[in-house]
Amino acid sequence: MTEYVSATPGLFPLPDWAKDDLSDLKGHQKHDLVSGDEGEAITAVYGDAREDVIGSQQEAGVDLVVEGQLRWDDMLAHPLAVHDNVDTQGIVRYYDNNNFYRDPVVGGELDFSGDVAGELEAAAELTDDLCAVLPGPYTLAELATDEYYGDDADFLAAVADFLAGELEAFPAHETLFLLEPSLATDAPDDGEDERVSEAVDTVTAATDADVVVQPYWDALEEKVYAHLLDADIDAVGFDFVTEQDQNLYNVQEYGGADSIALGLADGQNTLVEDPEAIRDRAEWVFEQIPVSEFETTYLTTNTETFYLPYSKFEEKLAALGEAADLAEVTTA
Amino acid sequence: MSDTKDQFRPDDHDNDHFLLTTVVGSYPKPKWLNRAKELYQDPDHSFDAEDYQEAKDDAARLITAEHERAGLDVVVDGEMRRNEMVEFFAHRIEGYEFNGPVKVWGHNYFDKPSVVSDVEYTDSWLVDEYEFTAAATDRPVKVPITGPYTLASWSFNEAYEDDAELSYALADLVNEEIEKLVEAGARYIQIDEPALATTPDDHAIVGECLERIVADIPEDVRIGLHVCYGDYSRIYPEILEYPVDEFDLELANGDYDQLDVFKDPEFTADLALGVTDVHVAEVESVEQIEENILKGLEIVPPEQLVVSPDCGVKLLPREVAYGKMANMAEAARNVEAELDAGLEIDRNAPTPADD
Repeated sequence: MTEYVSATPGLFPLPDWAKDDLSDLKGHQKHDLVSGDEGEAITAVYGDAREDVIGSQQEAGVDLVVEGQLRWDDMLAHPLAVHDNVDTQGIVRYYDNNNFYRDPVVGGELDFSGDVAGELEAAAELTDDLCAVLPGPYTLAELATDEYYGDDADFLAAVADFLAGELEAFPAHETLFLLEPSLATDAPDDGEDERVSEAVDTVTAATDADVVVQPYWDALEEKVYAHLLDADIDAVGFDFVTEQDQNLYNVQEYGGADSIALGLADGQNTLVEDPEAIRDRAEWVFEQIPVSEFETTYLTTNTETFYLPYSKFEEKLAALGEAADLAEVTTA
Repeated sequence: MSDTKDQFRPDDHDNDHFLLTTVVGSYPKPKWLNRAKELYQDPDHSFDAEDYQEAKDDAARLITAEHERAGLDVVVDGEMRRNEMVEFFAHRIEGYEFNGPVKVWGHNYFDKPSVVSDVEYTDSWLVDEYEFTAAATDRPVKVPITGPYTLASWSFNEAYEDDAELSYALADLVNEEIEKLVEAGARYIQIDEPALATTPDDHAIVGECLERIVADIPEDVRIGLHVCYGDYSRIYPEILEYPVDEFDLELANGDYDQLDVFKDPEFTADLALGVTDVHVAEVESVEQIEENILKGLEIVPPEQLVVSPDCGVKLLPREVAYGKMANMAEAARNVEAELDAGLEIDRNAPTPADD
C-alpha cells in the first residue's frame, strides 16, 4: 500500500504583515527587489515570516515542511537573480500569469552562491521534516538569458552544475522538489529532452534525499516524459488540476518512478478543496492506472501558491494535511 | 471606418482635418488626494466619508480642467475615484469577495477578488462619475470601463465552469452599465482589455464579449477597445471582426516595431494610436510626437486616426503627464495643418528594414 504524504512545491505568499513591512523597507521598484545581500532589518522580517509559514505548515499537519521561498521575488528565477555573475534586466512575464520577474542575464561563470542554502539553514532549525525546493535545471535555464556560455547545451549543463553545487551545501533534507514547469509549457526539442534527463541526474547526484520532479501548467509530451523517467528520480509530479487525460496516458503507457506526486489542489484558485474531495481524486487517479504501484504518494498543490491571498493559502495547507490523513485511513 | 468620430469635433476647430486627441484614462492623483484617503482610512481622525467624497470631487474637477488646458478634444476625470482597474468594479458587482492582497511583482500587490457566486448588476458603477465630469466641462467626456475578459482573468473564478463563461456573464453586466451611461448622455465608451495581451489565443472570447456589450447600444455611441503590451500579430487581423469603432493601441513603447502588423490586411476600423510612451518619465518633444502621429497615417487615413498616449499615465509624475498631453495636442494640431496644406502619407507600404 502506498504511503500518503502531504507536501507543497513551496514559493508561498508572504504573510500580510510581512508584505507591508517589506514594502516599506525595500520599496516597489525593480532595483528594490531582493539582491542576496539584504541588510539586518530586511533579514529579520524574512526570518519572522519564515517562522510564520513553517508554523502554518506544522499547524495544518503538512508532512513535508518547506522553507517557503519567501525571498524569491523573481520566483523560480531567484537562484540566478541573486548570483554575482548575473545581471537582472527588464521585467518579463512569468509564464501566462499576471506576474513578472527580472530577466536574469548570465554574464559570467555560474560558480557557487550559497544563497538558498542560507535560507534552508534557518528553516532547518525550525523543523525536522525539511523539504528543499529548487527550480529544475531546464526551467531555470529557460527563464534566464545566456550571454556567457553561448550554446544551449552548454548552458543547460552549467545550470545543472550550478544547482548541484548549491544543493551540496544544503542542510539535511528529507525530500527535494525540483520544479519544472517549463518542461511542460516549453517542451525541449529532440535531443534536448535527453540532455534534460542528464541535467536532472547531475542535480540529483548531489543529494541523498528523495527527489520529486514536478512539471505543471500542462502534461509532459510523451517523449519528454519517457526521457525524464530515465533520470535517477524518485517521483514525477502531475498537474491534475490543469490536465488529466495526457497525464494518465503517460503513466498508463510508460509507468512511473517509484513514487508519485499528485497535484490535486489548485494553487492558483481561492476555491478551497474539501479534504475528502482531494482524497477521492487521488483514489480516482489510481483506479485509472491499476497496474502501477507507488511507494509514496505526495499530495500537493499543482503549482506554487504565492498567487493566493494568505488566508486562502493557509486553508489550502489544512486541506492537504487532512486529505493525506484521510487517505491513510482509507487505504490502511 | 466608423462615422462616430466627427460628433466630437469642437465647434471652433481651426483645421479642416480633425485628429481627435484624448487620453486612455488614468492620470496621476494629486498628492493631497492620497493624503485625504489616508486620513479617511485613519479611524482616529475625524475626516469622514463626506470629506473624502469632496476631495475626490475636487480632484475630478481639477484633472478634467487639466485635460482641457492641455488642449484635449475628449477628456476624462483621470479616474480620480478609482483605485485599481479590477478592484474598483469588483466592489460594485454582486458575487465578488475579497480575501486579501496577492503579488503581481516584487512588493507590488493587488486585492485580487474571487467570484464566489453568480455575478449580478445592482447599482450603477460609473453613472455618477460620468455625470459629475460631464457637468464639470464643456468638452465631450470618454468613459473607460475595464472589460469583462480582464475582469474575469484577473479574478479567482470559484463559481463558473471556466473563465469564458464568467467573461460572458460579466459582459452582460457591462452592457447594462453602458445602457445606463448612454441614458445619462455618454457617447464615447472605451473597453479596457489588457488581459487579452497575456492570452492572445482567447481573442474569440473577447469577440463574443464585445458582441454582448454592444447589443442594443445605439450606433452613434462610439465604442473603443484598448489593448496594451502584447504581440499584436497574434490578434490581428482577427480583431477587425470585433463590433467596435476604434482600437486604442500601445505602440510608442516599442518604437512602432509592430506597425507593419496592421498594414496587411487593411486596417478597417479607427485607430487610436499611442503617440507618447507612458513608461518614460520625459516629455517627448512636439516634433517627436508629430513623427509618431505620421506613423499612424501609414496605417489609416486621417479620418480614421485618433491620437492618444500609449496607456494610462497614472504612474508618471503629474507635470510630466501634463507635458505629454499638451505636446500631444499641439502636435496633432500641427499635423492637421500640414494635412490641410496637402501632406500625403503613403499608406500600407512596408517599413524598410533598418540595415
